Amino acid sequence: MIEVTGLSKRYGTYLAVENVSFSISKGEVVGFLGPNGAGKSTIMNILTGYLSLTQGKVTIDGFDVAENPEEAKRRIGYLPELPPLYTDMKVREYLNFVYDLKKVKFPKKPHIDEIMRLVRIDHVQNRLIKNLSKGYRQRVGFAQALIGNPDVLILDEPTVGLDPQQIIEIRNLITRLGKNHTIILSSHILSEIQAVCDRIIIINYGEIIADDLQDNLSEKLSTDHSLVARVICDERDMLAALKSVKGVKDVTALGKKETGAYDFEIIPEDGADVRAGISSRVAERKKQLLSLTSSRLTLEQIFLKLTQAPNNDEARRMLGLDKIEEDVSNEEEGIIIEMPEEITVEEGEQ
Amino acid sequence: MLAVFKREFKSYFTNPLGFVILAIFYFLLGYLFSGYYSMGAPYVEYAVLGIAQILLIVVPAITMRLFSDERRTKTDQVLFTAPVKLINIVLGKFFAAFVLYALGFAPTIIYQIIVSAYVSVNLFYYIYALVGILLFGAALIAIGMFVSSLTESPITSIIFTLVVNVFIMISGGLANGITAPSATTWYTKVWAWIVERFADFVGGMNFLAVLDSFGNQAFSVKDVVYFISITVAFIFLTERSLEKRRWS
Repeated sequence: MIEVTGLSKRYGTYLAVENVSFSISKGEVVGFLGPNGAGKSTIMNILTGYLSLTQGKVTIDGFDVAENPEEAKRRIGYLPELPPLYTDMKVREYLNFVYDLKKVKFPKKPHIDEIMRLVRIDHVQNRLIKNLSKGYRQRVGFAQALIGNPDVLILDEPTVGLDPQQIIEIRNLITRLGKNHTIILSSHILSEIQAVCDRIIIINYGEIIADDLQDNLSEKLSTDHSLVARVICDERDMLAALKSVKGVKDVTALGKKETGAYDFEIIPEDGADVRAGISSRVAERKKQLLSLTSSRLTLEQIFLKLTQAPNNDEARRMLGLDKIEEDVSNEEEGIIIEMPEEITVEEGEQ
Repeated sequence: MLAVFKREFKSYFTNPLGFVILAIFYFLLGYLFSGYYSMGAPYVEYAVLGIAQILLIVVPAITMRLFSDERRTKTDQVLFTAPVKLINIVLGKFFAAFVLYALGFAPTIIYQIIVSAYVSVNLFYYIYALVGILLFGAALIAIGMFVSSLTESPITSIIFTLVVNVFIMISGGLANGITAPSATTWYTKVWAWIVERFADFVGGMNFLAVLDSFGNQAFSVKDVVYFISITVAFIFLTERSLEKRRWS
């Protein structure tokens, strides 16, 4: 449905998107994930024909957006980051305008009525858009994208600024629409992408650093797992006691977290389940185990780390997507070596 | 094109702007016509052509929001991602502004009807003057729309358009003020030639002089083509400027 090959976009001398390629087949729900300024909106604006591309090729359902923009645009419903609403119009009036603008073939009134019901704005249809709250405006923007029932929906941060109830509603709507639409959705909120998308494309510094089905990605990303035990005890004694549990590779004391209780981070050997061993060891010592939690890095945490990465090679390493296994102690050195390389590549490009 | 036209035209009347502009037109036309009428010259075409100078100031208010506002509020995203050719969006907006402008002259039809009931007048003079002022307006709207497509704020847009229009207003005087030096040697001759061409160029901007000839009661293809070509050129430039924005 959507084919993007070698897409680059340059604003003056600033390279916003660099050599991005992906392909999305009919019916997929794909999430663009990336920190602010990663290039998500730029890519979406290019797909919808709002911006031109500097290099590469984008086709929607076989129609090139540069060569046959009208046919390509006809197949896309776009909800930009800021819903493009004429605030001096009433909701229905605005949707009628979009209907006329898009030259939709369906019967006008039932089509618009149906969309308004779908996004639950039928009770505000005669109100001026400027008097609507952010959540309702977002929904009117959503309705605008749905007009003409396009095959492809491109939604740029559709839930930003909504309250939790509305977020759930919009997510449910996206899930429902995902059954018969191809959807690209961008967000910098991971849980949102997790909730609705089958496939995730992670974009950082204008490049794709990961593109995989969600399940595979979760597996790949969360290799790092350790346990955190909170025990009422004497810190030093317990540290030694825990280290001697079978299957434990290493234990670090994390300090006092509650009155009389200390936290310990326990790294097990690969594949070993040490939970039973830990609890019986604590019991043996007549101490009390308050909690034992897995400190497996959540996708959220990994993503946060990623946004702090100085460049994409570093980011790939953080996500464990590079194939090179490196010792943890070398990692800092690695950054220093990587940085100049990144710079020379960019200079060469320009 | 029709959708854009309808929305844009309606938007003039969702705020006071459209009403204020029409009020200015109606007041001035009525004032001028009654003035000429009491002086014993009951010719509607005098009033029609007489408000041209003031229109140079009023028209920028019609065009200031056309594209600048869309860009500021990002509503252009719905226009430019719709399956519509850019030129149709430009034309839709142009005609919305133009129809508002043309409506400003609607009462002159009533004046003409009343006048022809009492005095024998040549209807052609009135119609020709009306054609002239509408073409003149079309050119000003196209220029204003182009300026609007370059800016992101209606205020910047109106100020720049006013600068252009003031230049148009004084171009006749300016052109007369530019005198070529007396030429004796070959290089002063070249210089004199350059200065003369420059004066021609400035003089060529004199919309008001061209408009005056629409009051001369003799049909002139040259004058009609003059305004139409300026209008078409600036509509084209607007389309290019919007297209260029996608590339930067």
